Amino acid sequence: MKKEDVPQDMGSLGKVTREVVYAKDNSGKYVTELSTGWEVKTKALDVAWKDIEERVNAARQKVLNNEASPLLFFMEYRLMDLSILADYTGFWQWQIKRHLKPDVFAQLSDKKLQKYAEAFNVSVNDLKTLNVNES
Amino acid sequence: MKVDFQHRQSAHCESGVTSSLLQHAGLDQITEPLAFGIGSGLFYAYIPLIKINNGPAIAFRTMPGLIFKRTCKALHIPLIRKKFSSRQEAEAYLQQALNEGKPVGCQVGVYYLSYFPREYRFHFNAHNLIVFGKEEDNYLISDPIMETPTFLTSYELERVRFAKGALAPKGQIYYPVDNVSVDNETIKTAIKKGIRFNTSQMLRIPGWFAGVRGIKYTGGRIKKWRDNLGVQKAGSYLAQLVRMQEEIGTGGGGFRYMYAAFLEEAQQWWPVDELQEVSEEFTKAGDLWRTAAVQAAGIYKGRLGSQADFDQMGDYLIEVSEIEKKAFQQLEKIKWA
Repeated sequence: MKKEDVPQDMGSLGKVTREVVYAKDNSGKYVTELSTGWEVKTKALDVAWKDIEERVNAARQKVLNNEASPLLFFMEYRLMDLSILADYTGFWQWQIKRHLKPDVFAQLSDKKLQKYAEAFNVSVNDLKTLNVNES
Repeated sequence: MKVDFQHRQSAHCESGVTSSLLQHAGLDQITEPLAFGIGSGLFYAYIPLIKINNGPAIAFRTMPGLIFKRTCKALHIPLIRKKFSSRQEAEAYLQQALNEGKPVGCQVGVYYLSYFPREYRFHFNAHNLIVFGKEEDNYLISDPIMETPTFLTSYELERVRFAKGALAPKGQIYYPVDNVSVDNETIKTAIKKGIRFNTSQMLRIPGWFAGVRGIKYTGGRIKKWRDNLGVQKAGSYLAQLVRMQEEIGTGGGGFRYMYAAFLEEAQQWWPVDELQEVSEEFTKAGDLWRTAAVQAAGIYKGRLGSQADFDQMGDYLIEVSEIEKKAFQQLEKIKWA
């Protein structure tokens, strides 16, 4: 790629920092050039977040239908799978699977709820009420 | 306390941290491409059975941590590398290193990395940055992908150093010892070894899903994605491929441009014509990776979507595989004087 062909499409990263790209100058030597972004990968990132949004919405609906506990919603919201959540909370994966059932979740001790709340970076109350209000 | 440290922006976090720390230790010759090449950073793998963020697990570079390790080893630079089970110990150790005037590399997770844009914060635990001081409660951070130095509060730094999940950093810190001097012969040998190892890694790694064969395999799989996954999911998979290939930290073209830059630089150390020729081949490979990315974008934006479009996408990767295979075979034949 030539230096003048390095894309300069503004993306969400470009607003915070430009990134280094290796490209060739006029004499054919490699130099570094700063780029504000490339539309092709901005779109790729958009696709990823659109997929996440769909998963979060589907999870929210399941919780509202009483088919899953709020844990499912927060797992999708925080992009966590069972193994990541198990690592953050110290629970076993089979325990988390149980806690994903609404009736089991309803009987969890405050101590256990606190562990989940910390992992998701929300308050216990928000955890129970599906409330998210921070960045 | 603040270490006298010059922030250097680079394309990739690990090769950037490696070259910055080595330059700080007195090795001005070690540029980012040189660190990347000596550390045999170029790679490819597509592991079909593993999913990352509900998409394919694809890597364009070698396992995290290896670039720093291999580069220091090849240059015979003693290094210190430590993981911690206790957060207090991890911070105390970091403070002590800073007190002794040493900037240190830290492995961190990006999910809670506050200065990253939210769109970039996934549970990815193999990011690298340099801590070079502390003012009040703020640690001074030189993150190689950022244009300028930044900072994290002690709480924020602890949280990213102890991120959980795959490749959990466990507070890992690492740095080379001070005032190293490396003679030119050692650097030359390190370059040769780095190229040789990278060559065998890409040409001869066992299995069909890694190295140049892995690229060809991915090309073949992509042609089936439309039928097997449906256009929409196939589009999401392609978007993930493009992100791994082009997102922050690759220098463009899935690290292929950086490798081309390395080979060009290597020729200054080894006056062998092939190095420049093969460098051109990697530039070609990088360009073709990016052409493939544009094709992929056509699919995930919904502009393209026929089987012929997927076939074309797959064929691009098969062509890349051929280019890289020939390039590495040419590197293999070099007669190092």
